[in-house]
Amino acid sequence: MACMEGSPYVIEMLNITKEFPGIRANDDITLQLKKGEIHALLGENGAGKSTLMSVLFGLYQPEKGEIRKNGEVVKINNPNDATALGIGMVHQHFKLVDVFTVMDNIVLGAETTKMGFLQKKAARKKVEEISKKYGLSVDLDAKIENITVGMQQRVEILKMLYRDNDILIFDEPTAVLTPQEIDELMATMKGFAAEGKSILFITHKLNEIMAVSDRVTVLRKGKYVGTVETKNTNKQELSNMMVGRPVQLEVSKTPANPGETILSVEGLCVPSTLHKRNAVNNVSFSVRSGEIVCIAGIDGNGQTELVYGLTGLEKSNGGKVTLCGKDISKASIKTRGANMSHIPEDRHKHGLVLDFTLEQNMVLQRYNEPQFQKMGFIKNEAVREYSDALIQQYDVRSGQGSITVARSMSGGNQQKAIIAREVDRDKSLIVAVQPTRGLDVGAIEYIHGQLVAERDRGKAILLVSLELEEVMSLSDRILVMYEGEIVGELDPKQTTVSELGLYMAGAKRENVGGEAK
Amino acid sequence: MKEKLVNLYNKDGTKKILASLMSIIIGLLVGGIAVVIVGLFNERISLAGAWEGFRLIFAGILSTGRDSAGALSWGFNSANVGNMLFRATPLILTGLSVAVAFKTGLFNIGAPGQYLMGTAATLFVALSIPDGAIPDALVWVLAFISGCLAGALWGAIPGIVKAFLNINEVLACIMTNWIAANLVTWLFDKSNLKNIVEGTKTAYIYKTTYGLVDGAYVDGFGVATPKLGLDKIFVGSQINAGILVAIVIAIAMYILMNKTTLGYELKACGANRHSARYAGIKDKRNIVLSMAIAGALAAAGASLYWLSGNTEFFWTTYQSLPDEGFNGIPVALLALNNPIAVVFSGIFMAMLDIVGLQLTKLTAYNEYITDVIIAVIVYLSAFSLVIRMWLSGRKKDKVGAVNANAEPSPDAENENSGEEVSSEETPTVSEEEAEKGGDEI
Repeated sequence: MACMEGSPYVIEMLNITKEFPGIRANDDITLQLKKGEIHALLGENGAGKSTLMSVLFGLYQPEKGEIRKNGEVVKINNPNDATALGIGMVHQHFKLVDVFTVMDNIVLGAETTKMGFLQKKAARKKVEEISKKYGLSVDLDAKIENITVGMQQRVEILKMLYRDNDILIFDEPTAVLTPQEIDELMATMKGFAAEGKSILFITHKLNEIMAVSDRVTVLRKGKYVGTVETKNTNKQELSNMMVGRPVQLEVSKTPANPGETILSVEGLCVPSTLHKRNAVNNVSFSVRSGEIVCIAGIDGNGQTELVYGLTGLEKSNGGKVTLCGKDISKASIKTRGANMSHIPEDRHKHGLVLDFTLEQNMVLQRYNEPQFQKMGFIKNEAVREYSDALIQQYDVRSGQGSITVARSMSGGNQQKAIIAREVDRDKSLIVAVQPTRGLDVGAIEYIHGQLVAERDRGKAILLVSLELEEVMSLSDRILVMYEGEIVGELDPKQTTVSELGLYMAGAKRENVGGEAK
Repeated sequence: MKEKLVNLYNKDGTKKILASLMSIIIGLLVGGIAVVIVGLFNERISLAGAWEGFRLIFAGILSTGRDSAGALSWGFNSANVGNMLFRATPLILTGLSVAVAFKTGLFNIGAPGQYLMGTAATLFVALSIPDGAIPDALVWVLAFISGCLAGALWGAIPGIVKAFLNINEVLACIMTNWIAANLVTWLFDKSNLKNIVEGTKTAYIYKTTYGLVDGAYVDGFGVATPKLGLDKIFVGSQINAGILVAIVIAIAMYILMNKTTLGYELKACGANRHSARYAGIKDKRNIVLSMAIAGALAAAGASLYWLSGNTEFFWTTYQSLPDEGFNGIPVALLALNNPIAVVFSGIFMAMLDIVGLQLTKLTAYNEYITDVIIAVIVYLSAFSLVIRMWLSGRKKDKVGAVNANAEPSPDAENENSGEEVSSEETPTVSEEEAEKGGDEI
């Protein structure tokens, strides 16, 4: 497509303002996308990135501002208009029909027909050509439900290409991918840009921006902060722009001062739901007050089951767990909860009742305490007061405060709410499983700070994390899990990422399973 | 003033009520149109009759018959209103049964079975205790409680199967419905209750109101729900204090679900079983408990209905299930599962019943035309979600508003769309089931 004279931009969103009752989600935002560039859109959760993209994709109508394609003002009333203008979008959560084949999903909505009959052959040929051209190989006859998330993303990309889109929007495309898949995606994106396609890349991961983008536009709380050339900036500057204050990318903490043993695990075994072997096999370790012990490992090596076994979500089939001097190996979840806080891995499955209000979620374990009930009747005022206090103290942001439905909150704030609840329960042991997954730097900094503060207050913290950076910076001791067993205990000060990696991959192991420290 | 109205309109609750009212009105309109069409194609009715039918659909409850000139006359008809409230009693309770289960994430299509078990237990207790052994009032209480317990037990079965074996409660409920139907028939067949009063009418159980006077059973001397003077207000009707009991139970359910820790637990299990478990709530116990409560409610409806002594129970139920059980589903749907609203939607459904009777009595229509209207309203109550969205303006704007401060977390967004699907799906399923139930009857 030829650019009009004088306009180097293929898409311009000028002075876009989008208001929702009571709030400006986008306030005078300008975004200009050059032809053939990868343009990153950076911002915290709730900065207005998705709203802006929804405006571009025709899902919302802005109150003010205009959108230009190649210098000409265009009106985008719905996603069909956007597609007609060559704008395609890969949503973070894919819009695919699970029980359809890859091929059917790609042509869905843009079927080639003749007299009302599908022309599958022609369509198939086109898809095959595209997938060959860009190296996006995928089995066209496989059903979506049977292919990996990475493959599903390819299908979404093929969908855009099939529709001859040349402006491609990627909404947080890497959140669901493995490191290898992320590398492939980055290469594919660069390939598209070289082809002359223009890419808008929504993210809050700084590493990816530095690796792949040409320019970055930063939004903060619905406002435009600025646009910078990637080569002229660095991670620190970008995160400062995004958060609006200097952010510490490194965790600052004093050396640990461990006290008495809080949690002691001896020979714990937890059965697997997937196979007949134990997902956790003869694991022993201990956590003392005032230290952060981190379970590191590649996803799926038994960390989830270990936590289930400790918290009681899954029954263990061997071994002994002692918490604060009491044997809790067979105790109920509630009994264990008397001395244990649990920040769960899956905040939607376990952490929150999404259809409950924030205040109802804040007392999820405590509604039965005398503070919140009398004779079986919930004291609504007390709950509201408590919830308001937590929201204030932990800076949980939501549309309507305590009465916000948890489902409508952003992921970061949902996580903050869980952290607030669990930390405030003030238990001797905090089990935190991937507490910063999917969060932006501001929220990560905050959560890390909270965990360190709790450690310094004498709490024992068991952290399970897949992020190497987090493991290295936050923990006082590292236990590496591989295939259900603990294969190494490392001191983060004396080890390196590459050594940790060797343990995680199972290439190296030491004998630490035997006894609790 | 205007601002107040706008505020009122903007409230979620107002929109819910408006949406339900609109589906009722559209349902009545469609029913009215059906009545007119049927009338025009029937020589005995023709246009004049069709117009009468149309008016009766909307205001049949206020019909007082025909005046001397043969035209329909209107006014307060105490018998109609009283009968409506009497018929509403079991509907309110089965509606509550379905609504409470819905609130805890369960679809109780087992109300007919629970209703039957309640019927059987109530009648057995009320009729088996020898006359004069204990005061009638005590017999009434015992019969009512045992009815509720039987229903609770019957409701608990699908609950147990669901909690421990993860078998869908809908399947288990449908099966227990038919087990109940056959079990009840068998029980009465084996009992000698059936023909104490009239040896010939063996398919009917005599009413609880029969009492032994001088060696003969006479109506009016047995166990009956007190009328508390309501029969003085609604002269000529079958009304009794059962409707008050139903209303009290509805209020109690509202309090239970919204104000108590138990309600909190039950709802948490319904909304997200996993997070309830994570929080240390006993999810299995609560699922069983939810179904038991639902069963007790449906059975309470049966108890109140049969203890009124207004009708005889036709005990060969092996090939039919009671309408009241299935009609609880539209009652709950129309009330959007709010216990207080169930009282009104139950009364409305009972009104349609009365309207049907008026149609048959005063015109050449047969009463089944009201079934058409009920069916339309059931379909539309599934639509009330759509109407609600339409009332809330463009849906996506609303979603945006909620998320304005906080951009939707991608997951939340996704779950949202999933939620919309499922919440629209649930009524659809129930509709089909309701229809199915209707067919079977």
